[in-house]
Amino acid sequence: MIPELGHVALILALVVAVVQASFPLAGSLSGNRPWMAMARPLAYGQFAMLAIAFAALAQAFLTSDFSVLYVAENSNSLLPQIYKFSAIWGGHEGSLLLWVLLMSTWGAAVAALSKNLPQGVVARVISVQGMVAIGFLLFMLLTSNPFERLFPVPPEGRDLNPLLQDPGLAIHPPMLYMGYVGFSVAFAFAIAALIGGRLDTAWARWSRPWTTVAWIFLTIGIALGSWWAYYELGWGGWWFWDPVENASLMPWLIGTALIHSLAVTEKRGAFKSWTVLLAIFAFSLSLLGTFLVRSGVLTSVHAFATDPTRGLFILLFLCVVIGGSLALYAWRAPEVSEGGRFDLISRESALLANNLLFVAFTVLVLFGTLAPLIYEAFDWGKISVGFPWFNKMFLALAPFLAVLLGLGPAARWKHDSLLRLVRMLWLALALSIAVLAIAALPGVDHGNLWVPVGLALAAWLLFSHLILIRDRLKHKQGWQAWVADLRGNGRSFYGMVLAHLGVAVFVVGVTMVMNYQEEQDVRMGPGDSQELAGYRFEFLGAEKTPGPNYRADRGHFKVYKGDKQIAELYPEKRSYLGGGMPMTEAAIDAGLFRDIYVSLGEPVGGGDWALRLYYKPYVRWIWLGAIFMALGGILAVTDRRYRTAKSRVTAPAGATAVGA
Amino acid sequence: MPKSVRYLTPLVIFAALVALLIFGLGNDPREVPSPLIGKPVPEFTLPELTDPSRTVSDKDLKGKVSLVNVWASWCASCRAEHQSLMALAEIPDFQIVGLNWKDEGRDAMQVLRMTGNPYDMIGYDPDNTVGIDWGVYGAPETFIVDPEGVIRYKHIGPIDRKVWEETLQPLVAQLKAEG
Repeated sequence: MIPELGHVALILALVVAVVQASFPLAGSLSGNRPWMAMARPLAYGQFAMLAIAFAALAQAFLTSDFSVLYVAENSNSLLPQIYKFSAIWGGHEGSLLLWVLLMSTWGAAVAALSKNLPQGVVARVISVQGMVAIGFLLFMLLTSNPFERLFPVPPEGRDLNPLLQDPGLAIHPPMLYMGYVGFSVAFAFAIAALIGGRLDTAWARWSRPWTTVAWIFLTIGIALGSWWAYYELGWGGWWFWDPVENASLMPWLIGTALIHSLAVTEKRGAFKSWTVLLAIFAFSLSLLGTFLVRSGVLTSVHAFATDPTRGLFILLFLCVVIGGSLALYAWRAPEVSEGGRFDLISRESALLANNLLFVAFTVLVLFGTLAPLIYEAFDWGKISVGFPWFNKMFLALAPFLAVLLGLGPAARWKHDSLLRLVRMLWLALALSIAVLAIAALPGVDHGNLWVPVGLALAAWLLFSHLILIRDRLKHKQGWQAWVADLRGNGRSFYGMVLAHLGVAVFVVGVTMVMNYQEEQDVRMGPGDSQELAGYRFEFLGAEKTPGPNYRADRGHFKVYKGDKQIAELYPEKRSYLGGGMPMTEAAIDAGLFRDIYVSLGEPVGGGDWALRLYYKPYVRWIWLGAIFMALGGILAVTDRRYRTAKSRVTAPAGATAVGA
Repeated sequence: MPKSVRYLTPLVIFAALVALLIFGLGNDPREVPSPLIGKPVPEFTLPELTDPSRTVSDKDLKGKVSLVNVWASWCASCRAEHQSLMALAEIPDFQIVGLNWKDEGRDAMQVLRMTGNPYDMIGYDPDNTVGIDWGVYGAPETFIVDPEGVIRYKHIGPIDRKVWEETLQPLVAQLKAEG
């Protein structure tokens, strides 16, 4: 009964979405107030229906109701309770349900927190979200119903893909989806502004905090995915340029460009149509990501559900949503005044360059992701776009971005002079050149140019931002002033600094791990020892250990530095009872400055094992950088301007030159 | 360029992208059968990866149902698939033949040492000489060859449990029954 209830709730959600997409919008265009007033209750109703549907599916999973096809395919009665829950989004149908549920959550949040927005804007924003919801709900009901029954009822489920039985991956999809669908809010605001024909700075101010929050979720989601790939795939890599990873990276890159461009639009009234275009792109790329993952157009490690009919549906949907918005853009944007002139040396210019670099990188990633298709379409033969190509492109663009990142926040709006910038930042420049020189000294470096460059760029970011903080506090006395600043209007400034320092931390992590990591494949028997990067690994043997729903071979290692034992590691090789795929569980001794990583290969006879040992210096800094960026975003959205925005209809534009 | 035309650019670019994606869907490798299906395997002789003194040739594909798997150490999807192949290796009555494609022998051996060797034999094809004849354009790809040496099916992308249970296993069973 309950699964049918969930199905009915889904159908009702579609009905609500249809009403939501039409009446408030029509009301806003014809000035019909009661119709406009329907927007908020409809957004809540949409959320309620999808929450019921999700709860129904959750109930089926938690009680292991294998009469539901989707549960039988993705769960198993032996599965620990927590994974029975996360198995809800372990496959295609449930992922989609989670996606629409989260989108309606954003919709309800917009409805609840937009008390100070003009009614017409709210009506249009919620209508646009309704339109997107129609597409997704139709898609689910027509091609991927999670509540489909199975008869005869199997005695046992097929089990959740063992790769997904992991705490990191249990929370990774919800985070990522929160980011993806979060961009639907910025998108809805942009489309609403285009429909209304009012592309002013108010539009940018309203969508800015929403966009930042979506970006925070996406940042955390991507970092979690990377961290998971690192410890779960057993190959020590943290980014594979896999199509699905790229699908999440592209909206992030455009989203990053968008939050910067929104700042310019809000404060200076410039880049208006460009910002709208970015808002459309950010969400479009989220949708495109879904298409690439679900359609089977590209093969990927992650493509656990592929089906061409679904692909065709998503493609049609994509055409309607993206094609429609771009057509609307082509129609409306020419009427927008460009406004806000600025000089070549100005913060606007720096942010424009930032935007262009981010967009260029996105285009490259998109090209690389679609390369197999493009090469096939034009019959170009051998595909040369792969992991090394992406790395090369990243290395070609990243240094420019880092240099700019130190300059931009220091530059003044509208007009600045190179001389003033040099006078302000000379110390940071000198210090980073010193770092470059020291790191390039023979004996310090391995002869690889990237290490000094990477470290110098990180130093440049650190020192230029320290100078910014110093200048900001120059006229304030003591640490109390700083705390007051942090309580008041300073948060978006400190948020920006923290996020930018996150980039510096990330750069250090990538530089160190790419150039100084060491790895070794060895065959070891009980009692054998092996040296790697100054650490001695002693293998004490492997024994069989039962788990809740798997059997494992569990290796035991002692790791020594000199004579001192610093860690005991227990890597595992697991065979899940529900299916034949054995999984490697790497054992990691994590540290701020290095990880020691052991993964168990195959038994090679006589108690010997094939093993892989890794030394990964500074690898944690990669994710630490992402955490800094996310925290910076959180600081920025909790700025007083947004906290008090409820009581004020308009904030003074350009009053504070911070938070870009 | 007139102003109104400039604003159409994103739409035009998007239309081109859609054309490409439609092509990708229509050309879905899973849908379109390889022209080699129903034809005997192309003649070839390659050194054996693990033992260069031996060779692997089309004659080795006769007399048994064979699953010919194209893989490389640089291919992420192959790593995911490797685990499934290890499970399949325990099933008797058919052989798993590897085609190590556009790879470095050293790297390939490292993968086998690390994750086990599911293959009964592996042809080493670093320069894509055999791959071209077989119409390989990506890894992983898997061909099912019947005991007469005729290619019966081509699967593009990794083999997971679903692919095995729903597509490959029934076919292998059928071919065994025929043979």
